[in-house]
Amino acid sequence: MVLRKGDFHQPRGGGFGELKLDAISRRFGGLFALDGLSLTIKHGEFIALLGPSGCGKSTALNCLAGLLPLTSGSIWLDDRRIDTMRPEERGFGMIFQNYALFPHMNVRKNVGFGLAMRRMPKDEIRRRVDDAIGLVQLEAHAEKLPGQLSGGQQQRVAIARAIVIEPPVVLMDEPLSNLDAKLRLEMRSEIKRIHHELGRATVYVTHDQEEALSLADRVVVMKDGVAQQIGSPEALYNRPANLDVALFMGYRNVLEGRVDRVDGERVSFQCGALALTGAPQGRIDPGAATAVIRPDEIEIGDGPNRVEGRAETVEYCGRDYLVDFVTDAGARLHARSTERINPGERVCWHVPAERVLVYSVG
Amino acid sequence: MNTATAALARTDIERRSWREIAWTSLVTALMAFFLINVAGVIASVAVSSFATRWLGTWLPAGFTTRWYASAWDEFQLGDVLTVTLRVVFIVVAISILIGVPAAYALARREFPGKRGAMLLFLLPLMVPPITYGIPLATVLYRLRLGGTESGVILANLVPAVPFVILVMTPFIEQIDVRLEQAARVFGAGTFRVFVHILVPLLAPGILAAGLLVLVRTIALFELTFLTAGPDSQTLVVALYYSVFAAGVRATQSVDAMAVTYMVTTLVWLLIAMRFVNPTQLVTRVKEAPRN
Amino acid sequence: MTAGSLHDSGFDRTVLLIVPGVLFVLLLFIYPFAYGLFLSFTTTNGGIWANYARFFAEPRFFSTIGITFWIALPATLVNLALAIPMAFKLRRPTSAQRIVTTMLVVPITLGTVLVAEGLLNYLGPQGWFNRLLVDMHLIASPVRLTHNYWGVLLSLVITGFPFAFLLTLSYITGIDPVLAQAASTLGAGPARQFLHIYFPLLAPGLAITFCLAFVQAFSVFPSAVLLGAPAGPTRVISIAAYQAAFEDYDYAMASAVAMIMGLAQLAVVVAVLGLRGFFYRGPAGGAKG
Repeated sequence: MVLRKGDFHQPRGGGFGELKLDAISRRFGGLFALDGLSLTIKHGEFIALLGPSGCGKSTALNCLAGLLPLTSGSIWLDDRRIDTMRPEERGFGMIFQNYALFPHMNVRKNVGFGLAMRRMPKDEIRRRVDDAIGLVQLEAHAEKLPGQLSGGQQQRVAIARAIVIEPPVVLMDEPLSNLDAKLRLEMRSEIKRIHHELGRATVYVTHDQEEALSLADRVVVMKDGVAQQIGSPEALYNRPANLDVALFMGYRNVLEGRVDRVDGERVSFQCGALALTGAPQGRIDPGAATAVIRPDEIEIGDGPNRVEGRAETVEYCGRDYLVDFVTDAGARLHARSTERINPGERVCWHVPAERVLVYSVG
Repeated sequence: MNTATAALARTDIERRSWREIAWTSLVTALMAFFLINVAGVIASVAVSSFATRWLGTWLPAGFTTRWYASAWDEFQLGDVLTVTLRVVFIVVAISILIGVPAAYALARREFPGKRGAMLLFLLPLMVPPITYGIPLATVLYRLRLGGTESGVILANLVPAVPFVILVMTPFIEQIDVRLEQAARVFGAGTFRVFVHILVPLLAPGILAAGLLVLVRTIALFELTFLTAGPDSQTLVVALYYSVFAAGVRATQSVDAMAVTYMVTTLVWLLIAMRFVNPTQLVTRVKEAPRN
Repeated sequence: MTAGSLHDSGFDRTVLLIVPGVLFVLLLFIYPFAYGLFLSFTTTNGGIWANYARFFAEPRFFSTIGITFWIALPATLVNLALAIPMAFKLRRPTSAQRIVTTMLVVPITLGTVLVAEGLLNYLGPQGWFNRLLVDMHLIASPVRLTHNYWGVLLSLVITGFPFAFLLTLSYITGIDPVLAQAASTLGAGPARQFLHIYFPLLAPGLAITFCLAFVQAFSVFPSAVLLGAPAGPTRVISIAAYQAAFEDYDYAMASAVAMIMGLAQLAVVVAVLGLRGFFYRGPAGGAKG
């Protein structure tokens, strides 16, 4: 099925109900780059695929775009099966990590390329291209070649080019990873703003958890080709499903030990000479276990799970201090403190039991 | 790098339209046709060289190796091979001695006239040998070097030196200049920087350039043809003359000589291919240095 | 690429390393060319243009330009026409690409003399090529392909096509494949990817490939003698130059012919590169800032 002129006149937002990924897998060489990913994306939803390099997130995106074939599984747009379609037939907009702007075409022609491929009438193309260029605020640069634009500007052209064809889904492959920190934050807001204005379903690949949490309606954390957890940013942040997700979400303090006693919603966790009460994540029996704690949830002063220790290194972070301290029991923990602490000082910390997440091991 | 791009190299979306299949078949058929014919040309020479008599049939009546012995005597192949190898190795040695330092200067320094120098080195590679060969031969004859082995060596050096420079310059540019600077910071003088840092890093490039020059020079006809005398011919020129006078000699012995030439070039090509991508025979020369 | 910024004397001397190379090219390339140019204006009788006038007056000389163009131009066009689609097909780094490029290096390595010799055998009236065509009943009797125009043309294709292919391939692989991917997500199939993305980005490289391939074909010599009919239909300009030098011992005339040959090649190159100016000439990557 090749898209024709009539296909453009779709209602705003793309007019589809859901995009369903049904246990999609891709094998190459002997490995599963993607192993049985199932996900249903609703119209207008912003989904982030999050994970370290090699986790399969880019593979999943490329399979969605049609640039890679599936080894098994299927992809459905409402009741139409699309994984057997070629990329030029699917009509998804895609933004590549290096923008992939056509170097021999100016901004206008780049943005209008998808419309030209659909053989739209010239004035219609011009109108839509002007709208899209206006949306990304690049009117002043419309006649320039990509080589004459900065990284951020090229990024915007890539966005305009993908959305002007009014695709049902927009695919973004780590679009901000090549920008410097300040530009990244600006472009992040831009992407959020454009998503609000246009309301198109978006699948966004990133390795940066901050980006994923701030942009997405739902996040899919991936590792080794498998989805580890699919949920809202809050769910991932506060209740990571397993140890891998927790580590990725910034639970920097990792204590390997054992669970002695299970008491309903609480467990007694022992790591060397350190004893803590924690909240079990999933089913836990007494035995080997790992506890994770966020640095910003360790507070100074007295309280449950009181730990005494000596501060070793203190890093000033503007808003607060990042403190590495060693407990009397010998464990090394990272914490954040709003008060200034000097290296070598003895401090006493505590952490609420429900913020000590305990996972069983093995 | 993007694993998806690498993966795309291996497979593509499986559905193919009939038009694409037809196009692929056509292109594949043409390429196969070309390669098969080239193989046929080579094979027919080889078969003929072993033939007792070959007239009017698909394959010769019988096979023999006597043509090789007779070609060896008739064309004095022993002497010709010696001359060829001597000329070629001297050309390789001198072109590297001149070319590598020049490439180093080009890779490491900006100086006024640099673009002029680069153009100067590009010219002998872009102008075909016979166009400058005739004036060059004239000059060599005036200097009484025409018809001697030294003249042949000088003539073959003209495209060889720029070729070495063009192969080595991007190679040296890829070597981080900070390695040399670090060595100096640690107290090494120029000579020691050269011996301990540069030579080991340059060795693969020099080997590659040398092998490429070798293969090119063995096959280079026009320059040697214009400057050689009867006892300073290389193998390819001797082959030309024997084909030229082929009416007088049995074609099988000419073919035996041709096979000797083929084996010589292909052996060096195979050796070169272990160390270098063979396409550099052609394309390295044309890549502009990336800056 | 960083220039050295330390200023001790060792670094300044480095520039001197280029001197032997420069001297070499000046002495053995530029000087002979200049000498030949000077020589071409000397004659025993007649004015300084006498050699050139003679070239254009005598059909024996003048016709060689036409003959050489008539061989070189079709050969180059055929080589390019074959090289472009094949290089496009093999643009991805597959094993097919590796095998084909390795095999294509062989005709280049063997050189023009051997190919000419081999074709004398292979394309001869008793050779395998004719034999196969007759046995397959495609032709009634052997086609004459040696000692004429066609043999020379075919030998130029055999030695020229691999060269054009490898050069075109190096240009095509320099185009970032992600551009084609982007085009496909925007609705362009393979044919339109070629038309809108590859071809415009390739055009400057193709112009250079054409120039180099043409120049190579225009200077055809051993195949024109061995495989062609050097007395007449394939008397190319390099033969005229050679004969003037080594048979007539008229070095002045030979130099004049060589200069004319160089000028003809230069004219074509300038014309083609002039056309190239109409196309985009910048880098063919994904244009990252």
